Amino acid sequence: MKKNIFSRRHIKETLIEGSLMMAATLSIFITAGIVYVLGSEAYGFFKVVSLKEFLTGTEWTPLFATRKFGILPLVAGTLLTTVIAVIVALPLGLIIAIYLSEYAPHKVREVVKPVLELLVAVPTVVYGYFALLFLTPLLQKFLPDLSGFNALSPGLIMGIMITPYVASVSEDSIKAVPMHIREGSYAMGATKLQSSFMVLIPAAFSGIAAAFIMGMSRAIGETMVVAIAAGMMPNLTANPFEPVQTLTSYIVQVSLGDAPHGTIEYKTIFAAGILLFLITLFFNIMGFWLREKIREKY
Amino acid sequence: MKNMEDIKSKIAKRKIFNNIFAIIGLLSTMVGLALLVTLFIDLAIDGTPRLSYKFFTSFPSRFPDEAGILSAWVGTCLVMLVTASAAIPIGIGAGIYLEEYARKNWFTSIIEININNLAGVPSIIYGLLALGLFVYFFNFGESILTAGLALALLILPMIIMAVREAIRAIPNSIREASYALGSTKWQTVRNHIIPYSTGGILTGIIIGLSRAIGETAPIITVGALTFIAFLPPSPVSGEFPFINFKWLLAPFTVMPIQMFSWVSRPQQGFHLNAAAAGMILLVMTLAMNAIAIYLRYKFRKKVKW
Repeated sequence: MKKNIFSRRHIKETLIEGSLMMAATLSIFITAGIVYVLGSEAYGFFKVVSLKEFLTGTEWTPLFATRKFGILPLVAGTLLTTVIAVIVALPLGLIIAIYLSEYAPHKVREVVKPVLELLVAVPTVVYGYFALLFLTPLLQKFLPDLSGFNALSPGLIMGIMITPYVASVSEDSIKAVPMHIREGSYAMGATKLQSSFMVLIPAAFSGIAAAFIMGMSRAIGETMVVAIAAGMMPNLTANPFEPVQTLTSYIVQVSLGDAPHGTIEYKTIFAAGILLFLITLFFNIMGFWLREKIREKY
Repeated sequence: MKNMEDIKSKIAKRKIFNNIFAIIGLLSTMVGLALLVTLFIDLAIDGTPRLSYKFFTSFPSRFPDEAGILSAWVGTCLVMLVTASAAIPIGIGAGIYLEEYARKNWFTSIIEININNLAGVPSIIYGLLALGLFVYFFNFGESILTAGLALALLILPMIIMAVREAIRAIPNSIREASYALGSTKWQTVRNHIIPYSTGGILTGIIIGLSRAIGETAPIITVGALTFIAFLPPSPVSGEFPFINFKWLLAPFTVMPIQMFSWVSRPQQGFHLNAAAAGMILLVMTLAMNAIAIYLRYKFRKKVKW
């Protein structure tokens, strides 16, 4: 019996497959859209400001009368808050990952994992409120030098925000280490602690590195916590007690104001945006690659 | 013999370290819980006195005591309506295509890598995309439609991933049995794949929407106003044709934006309002996530292949 390609059934099947495929292909158009929108507006920006001034200038004052377009203060602010977040999230996430995969009884795991997921679900604007109106006043009691807006408290909050993420990616990679490697370590008389730190962490290293990098990428892209609690002041500093502005919170500041379409102020947010996009893309690709590596290894 | 004693004491020491680490581990997992509880109590202490019927039925105001969240929660509902109606069908369609239809070739792997990457793009970048594309290119303006679509694009990768995971859990024997009875591909998908993966799909959708409700940055970028003292035109009216779509292009505000604008003011009164709005947001998102986690747990227990 020959297949009739004009049968109603066949046409219907083809139409359905076609529309499902269009839904899947849409994701490519989203990426293309991001690249096009950021690229074209940033192109307009770089016609006025040289790439060299943008990347090496140390003053960022596009909204003032004398405009300077050096992105470094924003990059420094982003870096500072991200480093603080990672200092919190990496050890905490790693300890949680080891605990959950090696120590925790089944029941504890069943309770802890959903709670960690809830931590991710909290709207970031709520975290921002908490950083500004709870954590900063609290820290000021111990650190009198801390200004009302600072890099420290949003950094700490972001650290706890990304901890569940770091923990879950690390846990996956520690779990991926085959059982016989653990058994080998136990057979040599190692305790769980010794095998965790001397055998499992080295064995799962690329996965843990992936967790670290992807967590960092989240912290770099995080917006509301820093926009609320870090202040809106471009500041080329490594001092966590001072107010800073990040790439993301600059975009928020301009969007809140009234930068007319097509002006150079309007275009600066796309220049900051494309830099942010490229940085996070780089980290994500690297993290993804490291994660695949551990999958191939075992 | 002394050597033996030495070793014994070393072993004892290691065991102690081991136990200490177990306690540190347990405490570390508690840090998150402690933060959640503190956050909630902090919001509740500041915000609860402001929660009243009037708070839900008043527009924002210059006076903190009179300000409310009417325009914000109405805006959130309408934006979510747009987001859900765009993201759910597209997300489910794309997930089904990638799991059931797509052949293994370069095109499919590009789509897969692309979706993974999109999931890691910061939310504010989606805001810039929406600003360039929907606000100025398609001329939707700073409207409910723009915001809804921006959030739909943002949660699309999450939904696609959840759908794929749910479908992947269905064993091949189910598909083969269906084909053996002469079903076409679509009949198999509609009668078997979709019903069996409903739990996972639903979980993904709820988590995606809860993320969209709390998302602030992309909405600020597309230019939501912080002070809206009117409601968008009602989607349902008493006269023919009963349903209208004028509300899609209306200016709006949403809950997180309202909260953000209150936090940014120096007056304490507004901070209390922000706490109240934050508490509502927090309860909403946590409840949605709790439902999702419960659904996943229930379906995982129920289904045994």
